[in-house]
Amino acid sequence: MECAVDAQSLISISLMKIHNSRTQRGGIKLHKNLLVSYVLRNARQVYIKEKYAEIYRMQQYEEVMTVCNEIQELNPLDLDAEDADNEEQARAACCGEETSLCDPACHRGAAQSAAHVRTASTLLGCSPFEDGSKEAEPSDYRSCCMEASPVSHFDQFSADNNRHCNKTTVLDLDTHVVTTVENGYLHQDCCCNPPQCGQEAQSPGKKRKVEFGCCISDMEEISDFTAARKRAKREDCSYSNPDYTDTSNISNLISIFGSGFSGLLSRQADLEQICSKQALASLGAWTRAIVAF
Amino acid sequence: MAGPGGDMQWCFSQVKGAIDDDVAEADIISTVEFNHTGELLATGDKGGRVVIFQQEIENKSQPQFRSEYNVYSTFQSHEPEFDYLKSLEIEEKINKIRWLPQKNAAQFLLSTNDKTIKLWKISERDRRPEGYNLKEEDGRYKDPNTITSLRVPVLIPMDLMVEASPRRVFANAHTYHINSISVNSDNETYLSADDLRINLWHLEITDRSFNIVDIKPANMEELTEVITAAEFHPHQCNTFVYSSSKGTIRLCDMRVSALCDKHSKLFEEPEDPSNRSFFSEIISSISDVKFSHNGRYMMTRDYLSVKIWDLNMENRPVETYQVHEYLRSKLCSLYENDCIFDKFECCWNGNDSVVMTGSYNNFFRMFDRGHRRDVTLEASRENSKPMQVLKPRKVCAGGKRKKDEISVDSLDFNKKILHTAWHPQDNIIAVATTNNLYIFQDKPLTERTGLEGDTGTTMSDAANTTSTDNNGDSGLNGSWVGWEMNRGAAWLGPVSLHSQPASGPAPPSGGRRRPWWGG
Repeated sequence: MECAVDAQSLISISLMKIHNSRTQRGGIKLHKNLLVSYVLRNARQVYIKEKYAEIYRMQQYEEVMTVCNEIQELNPLDLDAEDADNEEQARAACCGEETSLCDPACHRGAAQSAAHVRTASTLLGCSPFEDGSKEAEPSDYRSCCMEASPVSHFDQFSADNNRHCNKTTVLDLDTHVVTTVENGYLHQDCCCNPPQCGQEAQSPGKKRKVEFGCCISDMEEISDFTAARKRAKREDCSYSNPDYTDTSNISNLISIFGSGFSGLLSRQADLEQICSKQALASLGAWTRAIVAF
Repeated sequence: MAGPGGDMQWCFSQVKGAIDDDVAEADIISTVEFNHTGELLATGDKGGRVVIFQQEIENKSQPQFRSEYNVYSTFQSHEPEFDYLKSLEIEEKINKIRWLPQKNAAQFLLSTNDKTIKLWKISERDRRPEGYNLKEEDGRYKDPNTITSLRVPVLIPMDLMVEASPRRVFANAHTYHINSISVNSDNETYLSADDLRINLWHLEITDRSFNIVDIKPANMEELTEVITAAEFHPHQCNTFVYSSSKGTIRLCDMRVSALCDKHSKLFEEPEDPSNRSFFSEIISSISDVKFSHNGRYMMTRDYLSVKIWDLNMENRPVETYQVHEYLRSKLCSLYENDCIFDKFECCWNGNDSVVMTGSYNNFFRMFDRGHRRDVTLEASRENSKPMQVLKPRKVCAGGKRKKDEISVDSLDFNKKILHTAWHPQDNIIAVATTNNLYIFQDKPLTERTGLEGDTGTTMSDAANTTSTDNNGDSGLNGSWVGWEMNRGAAWLGPVSLHSQPASGPAPPSGGRRRPWWGG
């Protein structure tokens, strides 16, 4: 009787239902297909969230480790240019959408290195709500699915998500030893190739198209999924609920920023070692920006 | 034992339909409706047929044996059609039946499939004219040369014949599938609702209807909700409501404007965010809306609950009853097997004190609003001895299962009760399982013994002397439709179960499907 409440399987089941409805006697039932498309949308949102959470966390730890290694050798106060470079690298290493998350002006850019520097500084000062309003763009939506455990809307599935995203990485700042414990399939999905990042063109004109602008090993899987979504698009009737998207985006954003600055401290014991108050105080503002993410 | 509705004890009265476990698609009951007096009970099925049962005059000599419903009329209301322009087959399944209030000797009902509504006249004929001057008895014309005298034809008695004839056909007004029809209290108009539009008809006029609600967006990609049910207010002929797939109900006043796209009232309960899931939209979709008889309340049914709304309060229902909350954790499986899309109906009793709706495993639920009690009963062949009292059932949601409880995992989701109806005055209910119609009655107080689980063995004499229509099994009235004849000669004769007999069920073999007259 039980079935796995897995976003991916729900998506395939839903698409199958839509497909089968075309051959049903009596014609396509509008009501049923509308409801199926709601499930499809919900599942897709969770699927995207999960994917990005995995990918981004992977990036996050690698990046933090890299930068923290360099911290020891550099004086944090007088190397802004290099820091900017580092940040740029860090930004480039991550999903291209991170810029869109932070800077409304340059969210369209696939690779805008100048913007990355701006990004870092705006990151510090920006409030969640300002950026949240920008998240109405569908192409931006996917950028805010970066929380490790989704807070909004699908709390009952957080157990599943935690299973999937339960990868604890501990960086010992004293010894610079990184220990990683992985659960679930997260690990193999997140082997990223930095050069690929930011190369994917974002096409805002394609409403509601799933875009994975980042580096993921299971590219084929994603493109299949996108293709399937295109097929299903014709039957999908109910994707325009901007209010819903806005609300979910904003709440996602809040949790991200909240975790970045203080929520992270209380929520995740493993990251405390990275983002401990002492570390923050001693490393300075620019480090805080990186550490927060 | 006191039951809901102030000491009601429900017991089995009759069951109609085949005993087969192998259900023919055409025999699946799709709608059940009492007429305004409760004397007639109409059912529609997937094969496009309508079967009307009539309540017998109460048997005075055996007061413990309440009056029975027997087949009164059977006719083929809708046939499958093919829309050539869209290359679509139009199902003949009867979606709804609504009776018109009786004005003269004949009875009228509206029946609808996905696209077409028909007005049927059901009339009795117990006399026929005889003695025509120009015609022979068999209808042939006489040779005028042989006529030597004239006489006045006389009406002579004949066996009762019940005729059903289509008086109006209301077609070509709906692009989408019709889900509701509702007769106005003015007895002149009625509405029909499909997924996106509601049309107003005059009963006399078939070539045009007036569109009063249209929620189709300019761009279909922006569609977010559809109309799921609509009903006129029982007393106010200007007021109607329609429910949506988003869980909202809109009340419209036709006096405000000709087009009622703008609602007068919007009934909506905010969603509980802690219950959010992949399937929130599906389970909040309203499958049925019914006004109370007094017109002050309305009831809505969504997948897991029944809600009673006060027409004067829009922001939340006044009462909410959980029908089968234990299914909330099973929504994923129910989505996979399509059960989550089942559209359950609900109904009020005559004085609006009790509401009833169906569930799975052939369970149905009653909620007593006044006494705050609810009960789960089962419609099954095992509990089908005459006047057998129905034992309340209980579903065990989790944990230790007590004796007599059923665990959620052993529920049969193929056995669903979607359609129920309550007699407008008496405590008689009609409950439709997949292909059987059960009729239950409230046991008269005088007949209640102190023993529970009374199987009615003391009633065996009465059981064996049921109406002369039945030989053999008491309480079982033979197979569905095809082999039920009218009490008189049917104007159509036996109706074939399928338009394509090759694919239909086999005719009765041996004694397996006994005709209702026991022959």
